[in-house]
Amino acid sequence: MIATVWSKGLRFLAFATFAFSLCGFSALPCRADALDAFKGQQGTLRIAGGTAHIPVMKEAAKRIMERFPNITITVAGGGSGVGIKQVGEGLVDIGNSGRAATADEIKRYGLVAYKWALDGVAIVVHPDNPVKRLSKDQIQAIFAGKIANWKAFGGADHGIAIYTRDAASGTRAVFWKKALNKGEISKNALFIPSNGAMKTTVANDPYAIGYVSVGHIDQSVAPVTLDGVPPSLDNVKSGAYTIARGLYSITKGKATGLAALFIDYLLSVEGQEIAANKGFIPVK
Amino acid sequence: MSLSKNSLAKGVFLFCTAASAAVTLLVLVFMFLLGLPLLEGRTFYSLWGEQWEPHAGLYGILPMVAGTLWIALLAACLSLPLSLGAAGVMTSLGGPGVRRLLQLMVRFMTGIPTVIYGFAAIFLLVPFMRQSLGGAGLSVLTAGMVLAILISPTMILFMADSLAAVDPAHVQAARALGASRVQRLLYVKLPQALPGMVSGFVLGLGRALGDTLIALMLAGNAIAVPGGFLAPARTLTAHIALVKAADFNSPAFRSIFACGIILYLFTTAAVLCVRLISHTYGEAGRA
Repeated sequence: MIATVWSKGLRFLAFATFAFSLCGFSALPCRADALDAFKGQQGTLRIAGGTAHIPVMKEAAKRIMERFPNITITVAGGGSGVGIKQVGEGLVDIGNSGRAATADEIKRYGLVAYKWALDGVAIVVHPDNPVKRLSKDQIQAIFAGKIANWKAFGGADHGIAIYTRDAASGTRAVFWKKALNKGEISKNALFIPSNGAMKTTVANDPYAIGYVSVGHIDQSVAPVTLDGVPPSLDNVKSGAYTIARGLYSITKGKATGLAALFIDYLLSVEGQEIAANKGFIPVK
Repeated sequence: MSLSKNSLAKGVFLFCTAASAAVTLLVLVFMFLLGLPLLEGRTFYSLWGEQWEPHAGLYGILPMVAGTLWIALLAACLSLPLSLGAAGVMTSLGGPGVRRLLQLMVRFMTGIPTVIYGFAAIFLLVPFMRQSLGGAGLSVLTAGMVLAILISPTMILFMADSLAAVDPAHVQAARALGASRVQRLLYVKLPQALPGMVSGFVLGLGRALGDTLIALMLAGNAIAVPGGFLAPARTLTAHIALVKAADFNSPAFRSIFACGIILYLFTTAAVLCVRLISHTYGEAGRA
């Protein structure tokens, strides 16, 4: 009787709350040691930068803030360039970057980088696109705008929509260096401001080609096998898939206070588990 | 006593006015000062080119200037008939119920955050444009259409105000002569309210020039001079948003001050236009 009164939404909400509390309680004993370091801490930790990092940052922040309500952790995007710049200027406590900071950036701001995961950058197309294997030369030709129709690769007779990332993107920096060999990107390429938006855009455009962090891939987009090597976690780990990079969290000077605890947590067994669950390769 | 109070109030208000005017000017001065290193040699020449290739030392912002003008002008032109019609119905043609409803809706529209329009368009308009017209769906046309809706409240309210401000004696005279509602609008109100209508159009255009989010989300942000309505484009505002993360000391970062100055000048030109129109025709109307 009561169940019939409940709307679908309410039931879902109730279930979600239940499931949520259940996993919260069941996870409590095993993670007690990793989070213990935050005991007695309070204050705000500001994190910004790389958009590939966001799922891991949010999960870690959620777990910490649930246990310790006195700690507030804010996670913002912006791209690797923004992360490095903002941490250097002291606007945030941790700047995330999906590329190594340049020697100039490290020297000017006195940055210290902590690598906590490895990530691949995968070329993605719409799942309905029959073209799912390409060579590096073909990728370079596509992104340079030299081959503009999917027909050339056995796909539909339709123009290729090239999606790329903005200058602040670490994903772009890695893709440009390792997949395009610093080659040209067509002026007609469309610019997308984050990994999440790139996934949504490619998932909605049947003629799209773009690139995202391997951690962001799900069923809505299809990864392209590059030179016969699919961008799987195993292939990134073994080094067979070469378009890979480290995910860094950067502090100005050596990390202290909450920032140090947070980075320690990312590198703890539990933190590395979060990274693995979100589709990245733990460093430990 | 009241005299001193008066002069005190006068002083406070004068100070506020001077401060806000100074801020406007200081922004321009600040942009010039920070953009000053751009004047050195090669960078300055490359600014006016079509090539935006920071890693090759080319910082052409011409494609962005073109993109801004394309999108803003298209939006203003699409919004003009829409706003003209809405203002006409709101002030002259509609019944009292329709007028009130329209007024409420237009006022409500002014309060809708830009990102809502952009978000809705990404999921509704972009796939539709891609299927019906081809291409990626992110184009000058898509951004222009949504921007037209965004700026229409500005235009409608300005146009409606100037239509409502037409001397009622003239309108009643026309009515006495047997002019219908439509005739009164077309032959009495519109000609008299023309300067105000033009001002509304220019203000709408100014808003379209300055908007960032719609173009950033819907125009595709490609760095080429748009070749048509279905081509992607990048506006100056979107360009600033995309490049602001570059290194502070790099010429790429400095070049966005040039974008800022150009935008500032565009908007200033729009405002001056409005002033000039209302000044010239306002005087003529009174004489």
